[in-house]
Amino acid sequence: MMDLLKMLGLKKQASKDVAKERLKLVLIHDRSNVSPQFLEMVKSEIIRVIQNYMEIDEESLDIQLTKTSSEDGERVVPALVANIPIKGMKNAGR
Amino acid sequence: MSEVIVITSGKGGVGKTTTTANIGTGLALLGKKVVLVDTDIGLRNLDVVMGLENRIVYDLVDVVEGACRLKQALIKDKRYDGLYLLPAAQTRDKNAVTPAQMVKLCDELRSEFDFVLVDCPAGIEQGFKNAIAGADKAIVVTTPEVSAVRDADRIIGLLEANEIRNPKLLINRVRQDMVKRGDMMSIEDIIDILAIELIGVVPDDENIIISTNRGEPAVTDQKSLAGQAYRNITKRVLGEDVPIMDLNVSEGFLAKMKKLFGIKPA
Repeated sequence: MMDLLKMLGLKKQASKDVAKERLKLVLIHDRSNVSPQFLEMVKSEIIRVIQNYMEIDEESLDIQLTKTSSEDGERVVPALVANIPIKGMKNAGR
Repeated sequence: MSEVIVITSGKGGVGKTTTTANIGTGLALLGKKVVLVDTDIGLRNLDVVMGLENRIVYDLVDVVEGACRLKQALIKDKRYDGLYLLPAAQTRDKNAVTPAQMVKLCDELRSEFDFVLVDCPAGIEQGFKNAIAGADKAIVVTTPEVSAVRDADRIIGLLEANEIRNPKLLINRVRQDMVKRGDMMSIEDIIDILAIELIGVVPDDENIIISTNRGEPAVTDQKSLAGQAYRNITKRVLGEDVPIMDLNVSEGFLAKMKKLFGIKPA
């Protein structure tokens, strides 16, 4: 029954998933001591470089400061995660 | 090798004091010499949770100010061999103690005890800085709520900035029935967000309130689920590899018990 309601889009998203999504977003800001302007600068620079080689979807480009476990698994380290959808490759450089 | 472990959370009311009392008592029951240090100056509570409130003469501030000797301020728990409490002052504030004084105090306690458990106040100000100053390790307590998890994340960052590496996570007050229907973040969800190692999960259990009413830590109650969870955590503190309790089985058991006593399921 629940699956059926879900399929019809009648069932609301589980509240824990809402909690998790909201937390993830708020923590990105809490964790980064950098200004949004700083991230914007990094973002435009990355776009500029990558565009020399690929066609990318600038609209859905997403760059976030987050954290991950270090390689030895001992510590939590900050990480820059970039999700850059590629539309196509450019021929230059091949 | 003695260890100084701070129990902290950022947010208030998530169970730091209860955790300190239970892990400390659990360690004493396993034959360790343990001192519980309440650093919540002005809002002390570890004494009442432990049922030792009537035995306080001197406190932590008296010790650091030299108004008494350390031994005079330590309250011996007569029920559990090897368990002691160093109470916080109630009529002073957090600025009565400095981090340097806490480092000195922890080092003194270290020579006498196997484990020094420091109960940290809520917040990230002076009281927090004092509590973590002398600690080697940390246990971060959280509950499956956005506010508590967010604050835990901040605390983890501050601990690492203060060279307390590899803090362990204790998730308190888990309601498996709510997790099952998707209305509470699961253990996996919280670990996914906080990215630190888990030391234990404590189910939401009314026995905690009952045992706190009596001033007897739940870890001594063989019938309490939370007590069992704390016994497991105690063993993990000692380095034993104990699997995380299956709350699904426990819930069934709890429901059965409730039925047995004629209590309708919530």
